[in-house]
Amino acid sequence: MSGERPPSARVVRTRVEFEGEISEELALVQGEDLAAWGEGAELRVVGHPARRIEGAAKVTGRAVYTHDLRFPGMLYARILRSPYPRARVRRVDPSRALALPGVRSVLHRFNAPKAAFRGEETIFRDEVRFVGDEVAAVAAESEETADEALGLISVDYEVLPHVVDLEEAIDDSSPRIDEKGNVHDAGSYQRGDLRRAMREADAVVEGTYRTSTQMHNSLETHGAVAVWDGDLLTVFESTQHIFGVRQGLQAALRIPYAKIRVVCEHMGGGFGSKGGIGKYTIVAALFARELGVPVRCVLDRREENLAAGNRSATLQRVRIAAKGGRISAIAHDAWSSAGQGRWVADPTGPTKGLYDVPNVAVRSYRVMANTGSLSAFRAPGYVEGTFALESSIDELADTIGMDPLELRRRHAGATSDPISGLRYSAKRLIECFDIGAEEIGWSRRRPKGLRGSAPGLRRGLGMASQLWGGGGAPPAYATVHLNPDGTAIVRIGTQDIGTGTRTIVAQVCAEELGIDLDAVRVEIGDTDSPYAPISAGSLTVASIAPAIRLAAADAREQLLDVASGVLEVPRAELAVERGHVVSRGARTPLAKVFEELQNYTVVGRGGRMPNPEDLSLKTFGAHFAEVEVDPAVGEVRVEKVVAVHDIGRVIDPLTARSQVEGGVIQALGFALTEERVLDRPLGRVLNADLERYKVPTVMDVPRIVARFVDVPDSEANNTGAKGLGEPPIIPTAAAVANAVANALGVRIRHLPLTPARVLEALA
Amino acid sequence: MPRSSPTLGPGAVDVAFEVNGRAASVRVPPRRTLLDALRDELGLTGAKRVCDEGTCGACTVLVDGRPVYACMTLAVACAGRSVETVEGLARDGALHPVQEAFIAHDAFQCGFCTPGQVMSVVALLRSNAAPTADDVKRAVAGNLCRCGAYPNIVAAALAAARAKKGASERPALPAGARSTSGVEAARPKAERVDGKGASERPALPAGARSTSGVEAARPKAERVERTQR
Repeated sequence: MSGERPPSARVVRTRVEFEGEISEELALVQGEDLAAWGEGAELRVVGHPARRIEGAAKVTGRAVYTHDLRFPGMLYARILRSPYPRARVRRVDPSRALALPGVRSVLHRFNAPKAAFRGEETIFRDEVRFVGDEVAAVAAESEETADEALGLISVDYEVLPHVVDLEEAIDDSSPRIDEKGNVHDAGSYQRGDLRRAMREADAVVEGTYRTSTQMHNSLETHGAVAVWDGDLLTVFESTQHIFGVRQGLQAALRIPYAKIRVVCEHMGGGFGSKGGIGKYTIVAALFARELGVPVRCVLDRREENLAAGNRSATLQRVRIAAKGGRISAIAHDAWSSAGQGRWVADPTGPTKGLYDVPNVAVRSYRVMANTGSLSAFRAPGYVEGTFALESSIDELADTIGMDPLELRRRHAGATSDPISGLRYSAKRLIECFDIGAEEIGWSRRRPKGLRGSAPGLRRGLGMASQLWGGGGAPPAYATVHLNPDGTAIVRIGTQDIGTGTRTIVAQVCAEELGIDLDAVRVEIGDTDSPYAPISAGSLTVASIAPAIRLAAADAREQLLDVASGVLEVPRAELAVERGHVVSRGARTPLAKVFEELQNYTVVGRGGRMPNPEDLSLKTFGAHFAEVEVDPAVGEVRVEKVVAVHDIGRVIDPLTARSQVEGGVIQALGFALTEERVLDRPLGRVLNADLERYKVPTVMDVPRIVARFVDVPDSEANNTGAKGLGEPPIIPTAAAVANAVANALGVRIRHLPLTPARVLEALA
Repeated sequence: MPRSSPTLGPGAVDVAFEVNGRAASVRVPPRRTLLDALRDELGLTGAKRVCDEGTCGACTVLVDGRPVYACMTLAVACAGRSVETVEGLARDGALHPVQEAFIAHDAFQCGFCTPGQVMSVVALLRSNAAPTADDVKRAVAGNLCRCGAYPNIVAAALAAARAKKGASERPALPAGARSTSGVEAARPKAERVDGKGASERPALPAGARSTSGVEAARPKAERVERTQR
């Protein structure tokens, strides 16, 4: 960073991957990048376990979440939701609700101001399209009063034909609920000659796979508190993307960015579902503007499960062929229920890119239904698709009499991306196989499973691989203020969704600046800070850490300029170590350097550089599972999961391990117990609560061994680190399903693997 | 909880109780839960409202030393009782050993369930100074964590028990002793619905809540009748 600054910014093209989709975007390049921390770099903070810096706030109840905010005079907004899966709203009569003492206002489609939301002009639809769709909203002096008022609003509905089930929606005889039909093309891909490969194959295996709708159930439901101060709107929201909320508010309310501030200090989980503004945000902002007081709009658990997103149910068909002991071809068709969503995740992503297979053809379809929209759920598409792909590979291996790990090994070594042809910046999938196989004891695996721990029980081993992006992307900016006492404040507009982002920000800053971790304060979760991307898609670390490093380096170089002048020592002889400027054995505390400069402050800034051209940035991993199954009652008990990941450098081994364990546990819910149940005739969700929708408890957790290859990907970015949010949820369900098939000798192609499905398969 | 108490309401009533060692009073409608009274009237927002129906444990607080779901407990039912919340654990700026252990073992991610997990573990350690891993699991079986910090929560609780030896907080009962006012009493063993004896699944303690497999018995914190909204 020393020497001349480039006179201006350059604009270049860069490849960006988000949630499995790759796009080429323009990027602004300002300044020069730093050399990457390579494999031999001696790092003092990065790569060492660091406790979460907000830990004390979280264990004392001091951490303030959106749910916890209370302002003087604050009103409570609640939303009236459609009881019908599809209906026209003919009339809304709020008079009885307005007559209830404490009710301040009611908004509905006949009186609400226009407010654009996801391509629609207003938040209250003429035709409501799922049970839970927004019909009206109430603002009242207490939440109880607001709830009571909802029951007093009369709505005249014209009930229309509906369809809620994925497979029913595909059926031609079902009601058409969308002008353009229920089934929409969502992309296709092919390479090689599939037909010929299938014709010439030694063996072909075909299977139909089903996965169920998984509901995020973040413990903090979606919600926002809106506060107007004159024409300045501040919104506190539980979100993974403060800047996305800002953009949504700008579009809805048509006010400039400079008049909007979005804050998310702490948030109680998102898992992909909190990617931007919600209708509740707009409701809060509209009421707050109309009534001149802060307004809180927070969903309850049932609303969360009806109207705040879910992981699509899928129907998938996989045909896979072998020739000469190798996989020669894969065909994969996938139908995903989008509910009322207008996009869909792609389950065929792993089929296209995970293994080096010459002939591939995939097609993906988005299916509309009268249910709440999907939203991204931790590795959307990849979790579902990996189950189908990796199950079918095991089936093929069984058919040709080969060890399923050996079959995968033959396709896991490629050094370039089979889709783009670009070389991987790093790929250590085979090492993941080796570490995992050793740790689980793969050599014990037998094609027909093992005897269980008691008479009648069966035991099995299974594994599956993981592919995901995680390379990060610009833009992301950070500033580092070095205070006269040698402490620093990092500002970056990211948010910590529970992954440990705050701590990583502090680690990277402390490392590069040469000060101690506890001398760094981290300010995130505020759109008044420099931009950082959505905390999703495993984007965060690889996007923000390089920017923070640049900002800290900029601060350090300026500090050295200052120190050279103050200490009267040539700059080249100076360095910063642990809060001191050192030169030839002399150590001067930073506070001493600044003593006479008083409030002069060093402000370093850094921006994320573009991704390297002509390289494919990916993360890889493999999970191995050992299960015991009781065929008498259909119970699957997962005993051990070994999760091995290749994410480049691990910045905080403590929180990284937690991230893996958490991903595995969430995946076990998807694999074994989590399933939204719909009443088809009524179109209602029967388990929109935590009583009947089964998320894993502490009792459901097997022994989990998390391992990392932990070699920096020095070509990816200047920190060598890539993302870890999604990878640990991707292959677990597939590994468990393969282990169950190994134990029972029967393949179950429908998740979750409930006792009923196991018994049905054994019948 | 009082069974022969006089009829209260429907208007707001005064409720006096002790919160974290200090006298507190609120004026609330009888239908107001302890959770909402703590959060909205007393500004103690550590306990969270997640399910609001006694399934997740994020609202766990101690009433007369016993862990309860504050969303299933009416504020009026706590008159004259002692309520402890996560905010009251740290003393003179020093974290409680359970809090220290949660940080050291990274026993949380988003942190939303953490106040409830911490209170369940604190209650356990008061009645059982040397718990096993299964004891810990039983104590937090009613506390959901969607981030999946469970392995670290168990590790933290065991570490806190070790660290707490000799600590002064409250005289703990001898190892293995069961307190009638402790966690065991607060979480009665529900009947099993599958007809199988608990002993057939040693990994799953009786009274434990599991979502996988055959319906295991589920513990509930003490349930207090609540006016429907």
